[in-house]
Amino acid sequence: MKNEHKEHIVTPPVYIAVALALYVLTVVTVWVAGIDLGKVLNTTIALLIASFKASLVALFFMHLKYESKLLWFMILIPLILLVILLALPIIDVINRAGYFGM
Amino acid sequence: MEQVLKSHHEVEEKHAGLEGAKMGMWLFLFTELLLFGGLFAAYAVFHTVYSKDFEIAHHHLDRVIGFINTLVLITSSLTMALAVWSAQTNRRGLLNLFLFLTILLGTTFLVVKLAVEWPVKFAEGLYPGGKEFNHLLQEGHKGQAIFFSLYFMLTGLHGLHVLVGVIVLLGILFLALRNTFSSEYYGPVEVSGLYWHLVDLIWIYLFPLFYLIK
Repeated sequence: MKNEHKEHIVTPPVYIAVALALYVLTVVTVWVAGIDLGKVLNTTIALLIASFKASLVALFFMHLKYESKLLWFMILIPLILLVILLALPIIDVINRAGYFGM
Repeated sequence: MEQVLKSHHEVEEKHAGLEGAKMGMWLFLFTELLLFGGLFAAYAVFHTVYSKDFEIAHHHLDRVIGFINTLVLITSSLTMALAVWSAQTNRRGLLNLFLFLTILLGTTFLVVKLAVEWPVKFAEGLYPGGKEFNHLLQEGHKGQAIFFSLYFMLTGLHGLHVLVGVIVLLGILFLALRNTFSSEYYGPVEVSGLYWHLVDLIWIYLFPLFYLIK
């Protein structure tokens, strides 16, 4: 009965591959920041790369890939709240650009 | 047969305990996400309004140091993940080693932040209430002052989380040195690992937002 775990054990090669990907993406994000693509595009690309890196951390380092459907469902709740929390103020500010002297 | 059934039941019970502990940590991490989320919302609004000021102000931050600290934190997440694996596979020596490395890297991050980066900003007076900071406010460069306020608030709160993580991991290392953990019992290692990875995850956003702005 030894080692009877339902839990999936992620092995070191996977962790090392994820870490290497994170290093490479960090270099890429610094490199892209050096290219002038305009404020909106630069910020969007930086956030997309950051989100991809964050997904790698969550999926593999935090074992989310091997977690239950229940946890995946639960995570949706703070993520939706986060989107509302971030999107509404930005939309508000952009729509009142004149007020802020932009 | 009876013996087998009993131990099977025990294993099941332990497994359920671990599931519950992990879920509890995830719930806590959700509140952390929203705590930082509020500050990120403030950043988003002020970056939209004062984009030019933010671009000028961010040149005061040392991109190289930020880059190095990012690598340090990613590496610490790797060693933490390997510590969990070591516990899951009963490798006690490696568990101690990887926990020690994670603590060392977390401490390195804090030392770089508190002993290298922040003192430079303090010397320049670029902190809330500092001489140069007040100067910026008086001369109508409000956005630059807000940039430094957000910088200290967000990296400060993040640094506090790293500090808490280091303290928690010191406790885990203490227990590990006393042979508390094995492939049958490693919940505390995994759960503190979840917390540590979240701290890394937040820095992944902080680095481009403060050091690489356009």
